[in-house]
Amino acid sequence: MSIDLSQFHQVFFEESFEGLDSMEEGLLDLNPDVFDVETINTIFRAAHSIKGGAGTFGFQVVAEFTHVVETLLDEIRAGSRSLTSNHIDLLLRSVDCLREIMHALQDGDEPEMALANELKASFEAVLSGQDAAPVEDAQAASVEQTVSAASDAAEETSDVSTDTPPPSGYWSIYFKPDADVLRTGNEPVRMFRELECLGALSVEAVTCDVPEFSQLDPEVCYLAWNLTLNGGTRAEIDEVFEWVVDESELSIRWVDDVEDVTSQKISARDEGASDEGARDEGARDERALSAEHPSDVLAQTQSGKEQPIQEPSIQEQSIQEQSVQQASSQAPSVSEQSTQAPSVSEQSTQEQPSQEQQAQGQSAEPQPAEAAKTVKKAPAKSASESTSIRVGIDKIDSLINMVGELVITQSMLGQLGANFDMEKLVRLQEGLAQLEHNTRELQESVMRIRMLPISFTFSRFPRLVRDLSKQMDKKIDLVLLGENTELDKTVMEKIGDPMVHLIRNSLDHGIEVPEARVAAGKPETGTITLNAFHQGGNIIIQIIDDGKGLDRDRILSKAIERGLVAEGERLSDEQIHELIFHPGFSTADKISDISGRGVGMDVVRRNIQELNGSVEVESTPGVGSTFTIRLPLTLAILDGQLVRVGNEVFILPLVSIIESLQVDLSMINNVGGQSEVLRLRDEYVPIVKLHELLNVEPDSTELENGLLVVVEADNTKVGLFVDDLLAQQQVVIKSLEQNYQRVEGISGATILGDGKVALIVDISGMLKMANQTNGRFKSKDFQAA
Amino acid sequence: MTEQVLTKPTNASSNDEVENALGAHDTATDQYLTFIMANEEYGVDILSVQEIRGWEDATPIPNSPDFVKGVINLRGTIVPIIDLRLRFGLNQAEYGPMTVVIVLKVSDEKGNKVIGIVVDAVSDVYSLSSEEMRHPPELGDQVNISFIKGLVDVQGKMVILLNIDVLLNLKELPDVETLKKIIHE
Repeated sequence: MSIDLSQFHQVFFEESFEGLDSMEEGLLDLNPDVFDVETINTIFRAAHSIKGGAGTFGFQVVAEFTHVVETLLDEIRAGSRSLTSNHIDLLLRSVDCLREIMHALQDGDEPEMALANELKASFEAVLSGQDAAPVEDAQAASVEQTVSAASDAAEETSDVSTDTPPPSGYWSIYFKPDADVLRTGNEPVRMFRELECLGALSVEAVTCDVPEFSQLDPEVCYLAWNLTLNGGTRAEIDEVFEWVVDESELSIRWVDDVEDVTSQKISARDEGASDEGARDEGARDERALSAEHPSDVLAQTQSGKEQPIQEPSIQEQSIQEQSVQQASSQAPSVSEQSTQAPSVSEQSTQEQPSQEQQAQGQSAEPQPAEAAKTVKKAPAKSASESTSIRVGIDKIDSLINMVGELVITQSMLGQLGANFDMEKLVRLQEGLAQLEHNTRELQESVMRIRMLPISFTFSRFPRLVRDLSKQMDKKIDLVLLGENTELDKTVMEKIGDPMVHLIRNSLDHGIEVPEARVAAGKPETGTITLNAFHQGGNIIIQIIDDGKGLDRDRILSKAIERGLVAEGERLSDEQIHELIFHPGFSTADKISDISGRGVGMDVVRRNIQELNGSVEVESTPGVGSTFTIRLPLTLAILDGQLVRVGNEVFILPLVSIIESLQVDLSMINNVGGQSEVLRLRDEYVPIVKLHELLNVEPDSTELENGLLVVVEADNTKVGLFVDDLLAQQQVVIKSLEQNYQRVEGISGATILGDGKVALIVDISGMLKMANQTNGRFKSKDFQAA
Repeated sequence: MTEQVLTKPTNASSNDEVENALGAHDTATDQYLTFIMANEEYGVDILSVQEIRGWEDATPIPNSPDFVKGVINLRGTIVPIIDLRLRFGLNQAEYGPMTVVIVLKVSDEKGNKVIGIVVDAVSDVYSLSSEEMRHPPELGDQVNISFIKGLVDVQGKMVILLNIDVLLNLKELPDVETLKKIIHE
């Protein structure tokens, strides 16, 4: 009987990515000076769930790597090791590393293990109490970019702390599960099969406890086993027995061909056995903990009934052993370790700058390789992009309620229709009104399912800002506002990258270095604020920094240099700011890996425009800049104004309509006798005739017979001339491209109440069309004149 | 219009004969739906036919070529309607109650599209094997005839089998005179 576990892989990955996110979040909250048990527990639990899941699904690399991470966390949690910022850095990097590995696994690739091995070595070094040297080792490895160096470092430390066996010898395992092991769903044979994957395995059953046939209970396990295994590491074997270790008698022994090495190991094992009591205590702790936090019980149960404590404690044992070897003068006690801690943190503070260098080296130097990697990955990514969405149960419940109401309304109408006479007309109308109400509510709730709080996007930025500010020696506070503002998932997925770019820009170009800030009379620490809120049918996302602002003169001189602007041309501030969105425009003197290549802002703008949004910048020299992104809440439904041109009905997005008015000819000016312009209060608005643009036969071409709808897009206002205004209604956007192709000036189609198709006008696209054809109109008008 | 519809029964009987004949050969056959346009009979692979419906008014698409009659609502999907007569450069026929829209599934590099074509009348379904199919004569590079899958003689009548995927994705088509030349050569 074998279950195809791969069907659960997707769920595992999703859960793990969530776990990693919560680890990252927790790590960023951690402060070395404050011992926050709650946060550390959260991180630990996330790591533990990932490990458990990875073990179950056979992702050994993940399980092994998480194991060392977990060991460190466990020590910190137990208070046997005090937290340093070095640890946080290390843990954060390991979160990144895990994410990489899991992305690779998800895409079915072989994960890149160089970084993992290197980090593992660092972890083991930290665990063994000698922070300084191995980290340097690891660093050397990363700078040289040689995998061998990393694995050297790994080997150097691993033989003491992860019980990597010397090349010759075998594991001798005695395994006697409790009688009811089969009832708990643990199958020894499957474990053996797993062990077999680690190396050559021989199994010998101990049958002395098996009773006579008449007394045999088929659900009880009477057997014990002696196993010998050639190969595998201690950690791997522990992993196999992880689920049953506290329900069985288990001894794992390394039998070396050279005898004397084993003796010390065996003694360790004995100690391990006597440690059982302590383990139980730990396990109880864990249970108490999970009871305290009901929400975590889920995670616990998901990862099975494993007892997270015991493995780390075994680990600890071996670490302590090692410290005996390493520093024989020190007694291997927990208290000793904690007295050791201050010196560790000292070392780690010295470590800090070089760590930064390392970070820099990592992000700067191997960039081509990284780029290559992302290129390679791109197609695979798209395959795994369609993931699931997590919806609150309250949203689902309200949906079910509404469907219930809808069904009731439907049956009421059905009854009414079955024997209808004119007396019942009022009730029919009531019923229809009810139906309309139900439908609208249902529609809104269904749309809400796709809405997620923007914190999903925002949550990745604290890390970004932390890393970049460290890298650039700037002090920056990130303030997040309006994190609960809800936004369509599709929009959210696509807004992340443009935002990363804008934030990087603010960090690099906006915020000054601390000295410059102090000199300018500003607080040393700069602030970047991310703000999200709803306005009309839009969501507004602002990225505000209190840096030096856009350098007007510099932008202008660069623009003149590049021939974008003619010398001596006078531009408003707004127009100058607009220049930074020009392709290839950069004012940076030198190109850093953060920004300055000039490919950024135009891509940002293009991406946002693809979402029917817009991006603007306001800036005051010396005070700061504000980037404002304006996006539609959803891409699926639009508030529309139906307009009629001749026999055709078009839909204008309501958000772009400013006002509609009947034309008074005295308000119309003919500029140069050619194009008509409407004088709207103190503005002049050009008039575009929709029927000319869309080639439709109108009722009338005379302005006074129709209506003008003043619309705005891209900061330009025009008056659209239409025959009539019809209803306002919400319309579901349907794609024209799906079965046809893109149509200029049309953003999509929708189906009206009568089943007819109506086209939705793309205001900004239409304005472009109008500009292009302007010359033609002019010449035609000119001929007519 | 009515004449063409009246031809149906006779065609159907001939179809039976064709099928019998083919059954004797015991070769793999494909079924083709044929339709009439300007007195020529054209066939499309029946597996690409989604449905056949009567003509209904379509919403015109601004600034589109004249053969694109517009889009209709096909149970919630927006489906463009193409007049195949105009596509082939023939005169447009009056649309009447007999005018038929064949809704086809077309695949191109971006995936599947659903497109409706307006034809004069639907004719018949034939089972044809590839052995019976004649390749259209080569006309050199100047005329792209890749949209013609082959020519088949059914009961002394020429049926032009169309490769619908190519036909509806082509930017340019040869005019109907060239087409006639190909067919009757």
